[in-house]
Amino acid sequence: MTDHLDLLESHAIFILREVVAECERPVLLFSGGKDSAVLLHLAAKAFAPQSLPFPVMHIDTGQNFDEVIEFRDHAVERSGARLIVASVQDSIDQGKVADPGPLGPRNRLQTVTLLDAIATNGFDAAFGGARRDEDKARAKERILSFRDAFGQWDPRQQRPELWQLYQGKVNPGEHLRAFPLSDWTELDIWQYIEREQMELPQIYFAHERDVVLRDGMYLAVGRFVEPLAHETVERLVVRFRTVGDANLTGAVISSATTLTAIVNEISLANVSERGATRGDDKFSETAMEDRKREGYF
Amino acid sequence: MKLAAKDLLRLATVGSVDDGKSTLIGRLLVDTRQLFDDQLDAVVAASEKRGVGDLDLSFVTDGLRAEREQGITIDVAYRYASTPTRKFIIADCPGHVQYTRNMATGASTADLALVVLNVAHGIKEQTRRHLCIAALLGVRTIIVAVNKMDEVNWSEAAYLGVVDELSTLAHELGFESMTPIPVSALLGENVVERSSHLEWYDGPSVLQALEACDAGSWTHASAGARLPVQWVLRQNGGGRTYAGMLNGAALHVGDQVTLLPANVATTITSLTSGSGPRNAATAGLSIDVGLADETDAGRGDLLATAPLPTVTKEFIATVCWFGEQPLRPSQRLRLKHTSKVTPVRLKEISGVVDIETLSIIEGAHLSTNAIGLVTLQTADWLVVDDYLNNRVTGSFVLIDEVTNATVAAGMVGRAAFL
Repeated sequence: MTDHLDLLESHAIFILREVVAECERPVLLFSGGKDSAVLLHLAAKAFAPQSLPFPVMHIDTGQNFDEVIEFRDHAVERSGARLIVASVQDSIDQGKVADPGPLGPRNRLQTVTLLDAIATNGFDAAFGGARRDEDKARAKERILSFRDAFGQWDPRQQRPELWQLYQGKVNPGEHLRAFPLSDWTELDIWQYIEREQMELPQIYFAHERDVVLRDGMYLAVGRFVEPLAHETVERLVVRFRTVGDANLTGAVISSATTLTAIVNEISLANVSERGATRGDDKFSETAMEDRKREGYF
Repeated sequence: MKLAAKDLLRLATVGSVDDGKSTLIGRLLVDTRQLFDDQLDAVVAASEKRGVGDLDLSFVTDGLRAEREQGITIDVAYRYASTPTRKFIIADCPGHVQYTRNMATGASTADLALVVLNVAHGIKEQTRRHLCIAALLGVRTIIVAVNKMDEVNWSEAAYLGVVDELSTLAHELGFESMTPIPVSALLGENVVERSSHLEWYDGPSVLQALEACDAGSWTHASAGARLPVQWVLRQNGGGRTYAGMLNGAALHVGDQVTLLPANVATTITSLTSGSGPRNAATAGLSIDVGLADETDAGRGDLLATAPLPTVTKEFIATVCWFGEQPLRPSQRLRLKHTSKVTPVRLKEISGVVDIETLSIIEGAHLSTNAIGLVTLQTADWLVVDDYLNNRVTGSFVLIDEVTNATVAAGMVGRAAFL
């Protein structure tokens, strides 16, 4: 029987092939997180036995977990694709964005680095692992989402997207973002990872770690998070539900050490992925829409 | 715990502005506990901030700043819900006439339309337009939430009056199944749980109706297999396979197929999907196939089993025009059909649909959001089915050559109700 995971997989593969056929220079954006890992896995299937017909690009804030960078290098090498690393530190050094300091948040700065890298490399399409269930602004976005010459998303003027007739033509300087995982939920992603027995960074699985409770989130004590005077360091068994910058991503208390245990945990969760773990969305009601308008992922 | 395999149902909300589409979807998601606690908290906070009461359920899907400021839906929101045996993809569509293109976007992939209308107002012009577009797009099953029953004191007479009017329209438009349900989305009556205010009603709630209907009703197993070639994969050690998403009937290793438009007969020798080699595949699967004979098949070609589609450069189609400027005869555009893109010219407009009477009237052009019956001429050969028989090989979009914007949704042939 064809189940919902087969249909989601087929739809994503269809989108990957369609964008590659219609666009001149696509790129796959890869963060080392579970969604981009699934995207890379699907891309390999879409073009097998050939290698990927596009490079993989990581927008590196310099504040990643070490395990995620290790996984990135390993996964991309195994895919046979070329890895481009565009560094937020370079954008800071070039004076394109203000330096938030060594521990300051760099999430929003990524937009400048991303748009520069797209322009420099002449990319006309960028695959991303974003899902519509992540956020209310993402829920509104097309699968092929048009960006103007300034990289902006205009939610009031989206192109109609009928049937599965994805059309990818853009004029020079403009580009598309393509989201093959649009219709997947967090649970779909984990069920698929379990079914495919995919590898992931170890921080997704429960482990012991020193954390501090800050703004309602457990942050991992390390290079990017130093305990403040009033904070107490606790050693807890945790895992990460999303992978973002180490100073913005909260850990969740969990004993799930296997993919099956994670699927069970997610199917019973009563707090969303972003609500549980992401500091970058907590600033305002429309934080994601505002960042997306500027050209964010 | 092993989670059961689920099927997939895509539905779109349809109906006029302010009749309560977003509120109904909000209610459905909240009452089935599909919303996470923090998402619900955010809706409560946004409601309080805007002074619209404790909980404005429309904010569950109206996520853009402009939508919340204006209290309307501008573009489709996609939300997801799950029961133990079914995954739902819900497209909550805008009701305003100027966002008809976005409604069509949401409805074009739907198996089912969830029609929402206000019992006190009955069928407005925009309700008719949406039902007409849903019918054109091939939706055959509708569930009708006759909403705001609380505002007419749960009156059976008011409900039956609307249902009567609706049945006539649904019949004219050729829907195969219509399930009317009296509801109050605001109060949550008959959305998930059966209502206690409606002793005279013994049918299902909206959720029960959604769980009971057929998923993937669009897959017509009788119409022949269709595999538009999307991409050619070179295999190790020589040889090629042809990749695309299968639709129509199932395809098997050993099946005789015809490569079109070249009209070359050959046989399927291998079949591979995301999970590996297999002997057969059904509609909706991305596959790649090997062929017994050497061909020059490439992107834009089609592999088909009988009954074969039509190869043509001129055909009649029904189009919904979304361009800001009117569409006029001899206008040149680009057309995308399956994996094929070709220049196209509008040869003539045979008529324009009058939404009020559902008849064809004369017209020299198609204005924004108008639906017309037209003849198109393409530069390259297309391999088409009538839209009534196949949603993939029967559909196309028209594209502006300068801006690359999608300006029309097109369906090969004449809609059944015209």
